[in-house]
Amino acid sequence: MERTAGDQIPEFNKKQAAAAGVGLSGMTSLGLGGHRTKLEVLVIILVAVFIIGGTEFLLTLFKVPHYVLPKPSQIIMALFTEWKFLWPHLLITLYELFVGFAIGGSIGFIMAAVITQFPFVEKVVTPYILLLVTTPMLALVPLLILRFGFGSEPRIIAVALASGPMVMINSATGFRRVDLAKIALARSFGASTLQIFTKIRIPMAMPMIIVGLMVGSIFGLLTTIGAEMVGGAEGLGNRLTYYSALIRMPQFFAIILILAILGISIYVFFYWLGKRWAGWEA
Amino acid sequence: MNETKVRKAHAPEASAPIKMVVDRATKYYQTTTGLVHALDNVSLEVREGEFLCILGPSGCGKTTLLWSMGGLHELSGGEIRLGAEKITKPHPEIAMIFQDANLLPWRNLEGNINLPFELKRVAPDRQRIRQLLDRVGLTGFENKFPRELSGGMQQRASIVRSLSVNPSVLLMDEPFGALDAFTRDEMNLLIQEIWMETRKTIAFVTHSIAEAIFLADRVVVMSARPGRITSIYDVDIPRPRPVEIQTRPEFIERVLKIKSRIEHGRGPAPGLAIT
Repeated sequence: MERTAGDQIPEFNKKQAAAAGVGLSGMTSLGLGGHRTKLEVLVIILVAVFIIGGTEFLLTLFKVPHYVLPKPSQIIMALFTEWKFLWPHLLITLYELFVGFAIGGSIGFIMAAVITQFPFVEKVVTPYILLLVTTPMLALVPLLILRFGFGSEPRIIAVALASGPMVMINSATGFRRVDLAKIALARSFGASTLQIFTKIRIPMAMPMIIVGLMVGSIFGLLTTIGAEMVGGAEGLGNRLTYYSALIRMPQFFAIILILAILGISIYVFFYWLGKRWAGWEA
Repeated sequence: MNETKVRKAHAPEASAPIKMVVDRATKYYQTTTGLVHALDNVSLEVREGEFLCILGPSGCGKTTLLWSMGGLHELSGGEIRLGAEKITKPHPEIAMIFQDANLLPWRNLEGNINLPFELKRVAPDRQRIRQLLDRVGLTGFENKFPRELSGGMQQRASIVRSLSVNPSVLLMDEPFGALDAFTRDEMNLLIQEIWMETRKTIAFVTHSIAEAIFLADRVVVMSARPGRITSIYDVDIPRPRPVEIQTRPEFIERVLKIKSRIEHGRGPAPGLAIT
């Protein structure tokens, strides 16, 4: 501990300190952790091999039946054999997630951009947004099904309601980080209000906007799957209830594997986006 | 002491036409604790091609004055004119240089320098930018981001950004205040050279007496609460002024004289020309 501290250049730069407070820093600490050495990659792979291999070995050793816990090899097999039945459901899940998130995310972003310009409106609206953030939108799905039927609509609405407020609340935090000197700079070169918004306010808020999009999309995924489990006959969430009802556990876990990969992909995508568009801060 | 000509008629640019006029500028700020009287009846003339330093303790309204001259602040009373034109909003002939360089951290150096052109919706003047970058020694750093540059380099980039649009007036708001003493000397030399080459009209806010005397044709001294001008000193030291000049007894005498004037309240001393 002391040695590593001594090896670093003692730089107590105020900008670094400021950057640690907000923005992508939470993402990076959670995150892929920047550069890895070859050794670290090797160890990560070894741990994965150990866990998967160990599970396979123990389940075989203790003769655990596949309907209690399937072996990793059975899950992989099921993934390949069932794929032709699963991919239409994957497409439906992706469609609902994408459309719901696009609607919720855009509305959330626009609302954040607008209300942060009017402190009074912001104070009035914030409690309601908090209510939307903290209430599980899944609870609304049965109600929405009554109104919109068993199609994609109720699920899309639920996804929008779950992801929108997340995007909004984080983006609003970003838009509130005004740097008056930077706005004055733009104005001194004759910038219009719109130009100040597009060239100063949005880039300034970008780290928090991306955090909002990431959290919002993950919440959207949760809500999509949950809503599909509640009702209807399609989507990966529906397949989960279907296979568990038939006690076809390898297929059930194959879907869990797909969902895990989906979640990780979303995370990696926004991590990459953050590096690209908001890397100046992290 | 004897070199500090306080009769303003003897400054080298005394015959030059008036570039900017601050006419009885008064400014109140509304804060949560009440009204703050930031500027009180400040009148000032900036001559064409002059290097004017505005000197004063923190909170004396010198930044308010400069921002008002840049059209970024509305005045509560009085007016500011550029030539015959009243300044109410930012003017294309006036460029500002801010504290801590004020570069946009999400843009690289080239992007930062292109900003004024983007905002004005015109193509960047590549040749001029290249010459300026070369002049301040930043050629080859176009793709670097602000965090990769030292404080001095950042401020040099911001000078290029402001000069790239070829303004006739430069307003500089404590631009070198955050730099270390060595970099600051370096930057003072650079801005002196640039001023001598371009003959821009410069108004330069600082709280360093030595910096003000080193750079200025005239030093405007302000007092705080309410901000008003207490005295104006002509500095007739020939240029180019080397950094070492700051250690000479005559220079130190000038510094001490202004210092004592600031410390001894706001009343004009006999024999000093007061505006």
